[in-house]
Amino acid sequence: MSNIWPPAPTLRPGFKGNPQLTKNGELKHLLTIDGLPRDIITHILDTAQQFVGVAEREVKKVPLLRGKSVFNLFFENSTRTRTTFEIAAKRLSADVLNLNINASSTSKGESLLDTAANLSAMQADMFVVRHAQSGAPYLLAQHCPPHLHVINAGDGWHAHPTQGLLDMYTIRHYKRDFTQLKVAVVGDILHSRVARSDIHALTTLGVPEVRVIGPRTLLPNGLEQFGVRVFHNICEGLKGVDVVIMLRLQNERMNSTLLPSAQEYFKSWGLTPERLALAAPDAIVMHPGPMNRGVEIGSAVADGAQSVILHQVTFGIAVRMAVMGIIAGNNG
Amino acid sequence: MNLHIKRGRLIDPATGLDTEADLFIAAGKIASIGKAPTAFEVHQTIDASGLIVLPGLIDLLARLREPGYEYKATLESEMAAALAGGVTSLVCPPDTDPPLDEPGLVEMLKFRARTLNQARVYPLGALTVGLKGQAITEMAELADAGCIGFSQADAPMLNPQVLLHALQYATTYGYTVWLRAQDPYLAQGGVAASGALASRLGLRGVPEASETIALHTIIELMRITGARVHLSHLSSAAGLELVRAAKQEGLPLSCDVTINHVHLIDLDIGYFDAQYRFDPPLRSQRDREAISTALMDGTIDAICSAHTPVDDDEKLLPFGEASAGATGLELLLSLTVKWAQEKQIPFTQALAKITCAPADVLNLNSGRLALGAPADLVLFDPDAHWLVAPNRLKSQGHNTPFLGYELPVRVRSTIISGQLVYQESKT
Repeated sequence: MSNIWPPAPTLRPGFKGNPQLTKNGELKHLLTIDGLPRDIITHILDTAQQFVGVAEREVKKVPLLRGKSVFNLFFENSTRTRTTFEIAAKRLSADVLNLNINASSTSKGESLLDTAANLSAMQADMFVVRHAQSGAPYLLAQHCPPHLHVINAGDGWHAHPTQGLLDMYTIRHYKRDFTQLKVAVVGDILHSRVARSDIHALTTLGVPEVRVIGPRTLLPNGLEQFGVRVFHNICEGLKGVDVVIMLRLQNERMNSTLLPSAQEYFKSWGLTPERLALAAPDAIVMHPGPMNRGVEIGSAVADGAQSVILHQVTFGIAVRMAVMGIIAGNNG
Repeated sequence: MNLHIKRGRLIDPATGLDTEADLFIAAGKIASIGKAPTAFEVHQTIDASGLIVLPGLIDLLARLREPGYEYKATLESEMAAALAGGVTSLVCPPDTDPPLDEPGLVEMLKFRARTLNQARVYPLGALTVGLKGQAITEMAELADAGCIGFSQADAPMLNPQVLLHALQYATTYGYTVWLRAQDPYLAQGGVAASGALASRLGLRGVPEASETIALHTIIELMRITGARVHLSHLSSAAGLELVRAAKQEGLPLSCDVTINHVHLIDLDIGYFDAQYRFDPPLRSQRDREAISTALMDGTIDAICSAHTPVDDDEKLLPFGEASAGATGLELLLSLTVKWAQEKQIPFTQALAKITCAPADVLNLNSGRLALGAPADLVLFDPDAHWLVAPNRLKSQGHNTPFLGYELPVRVRSTIISGQLVYQESKT
């Protein structure tokens, strides 16, 4: 009698596909930039370019989302991101509802999916979601009715794809060609969804050198697998870069086991004019906001000639219009 | 009652026996293999043609959720699940509500289990009062009530001095202490294995060092106290290496892995699939390979189901908020066979990990087809397959990452003490 079992039958259920794309490979939800095809990113940036002009017109509206309802579901506080999504939706002629669902109302027992089910029963067409838990928008995208679109406006440490896209828009606006660039991302990578989305976008768009600069306590495990070069010294890391992306440092990281003080952080990692001088002469400085002046960035740089921080905000509206406009048309 | 099991293929992993023969059972014990004992009067005959007759499975960890979590599962539902999975003996951890830290609670559980007349339940008593890791429990009283060892379940033991004293006290009476090797501080808030995947998904990681540092502490305390320890649910290659060395040193150490960790890795989490949330978290491909190797070389004694019924509401949450664990009693046999098939492991060796080896951990004489051993048996069809679907599970917990899998072998009957306690209904 044979002492070995017969070969295993086929066991694994079918791969469910990419959760943010339709069967035809079109963008249905925007959940992350990780794994997003380059042509979709480029299409979003191209579309955004057309929308930048809308803001300069007397009537700042296009009728693309007329009759559609966009629900801003913010389970975590935000002013800037929520506002730019609201402006973007309104410029597309959508009806916008803002819901700030703080943690206490969910702790009363209603689950994320129950909240979403109730809101989708109110004929929502699009959810813009921010949540403290990584992956929360995936859960919504997986369980929402088929006509509904989900845009991730920031989930935990995981992703902030519209921020990543507006950063790419900004870089393209100033630098044109991604394939010749050196880009540095500086600061708290570990807790930053912006950093993750930026890194994925930069590598997808063909940036040959993405550098990550920060103290070891603020860099995640396995960072090399993101396709980046890691630096633990800001002067070395900034040498010759074309773009500097500074990250916001949350106050609660201070005086903890991760960082001793804001003073020491600025001394080691803050962006000063002297340090910026190590970068390429025409380097641009970016920041997702809100800035902590004197912690990660000095005012002389933040308000200096190389700073494009306020332009990022303007471009952000056009990029969010582009994302909403594109996914609203993809119902396959 | 005398039972005659005809024409089955008997497999006894303890001896390597694998032969087609009849089995005779009298007074709840195995009376003879092959030939009927003299003057044997048959009261019941079971035709086991085409089936494998194996000692009933012994599961080193299954949560029954009683007392306290009856909304997740009841003793009735989970004991039925055990039988449907061919599990005839199981160890239940003390993390009930209230925890099993008083003899009365243990007696109640044993009584409830006995009245259901099903799988044998071996409770672990709480090592510390309320599992708080502060004061030790009345271990002797708890043992009299039926506890077979003492454990913190998944509750942290922050103070090494408490652990030292608990080990010393347990050793005084010769009790085994069951421990999880996970440093609570290093694992704090972690929901996935530290590494590239957790970093990409933005999930807080549980570093490998949380397992190895806890192991160093436990092993050193074993050297000091001479305690006998069973380690539950190891997960990392580095941790297994430490256990291998400790066993070679001769320390009285045994350990298990969960069947989930035998099959799955962190990449399976995919797009935040909460079905893959486990404690300890699923680790890398390298760790999974190390688990297989350690099972084959004997470093790991047993595979358990770590059966944890979790309801849908606790899984339909963002990954970091979802409850860890999965239903497992009904999958243990099929998944062990699947592992053996994939790794081309001789099945007596693979099935030992869920029969005689866990029996040895528990110091039981069951888990084998020896004359005089309890007639706890499972009869299964080696050629059948079944699709894992909620409506095919008797457990009240329907969540498992294996939903939708087609798994090999199907339990047809389960026998405890010579009594036919489960027979698959024909549908």
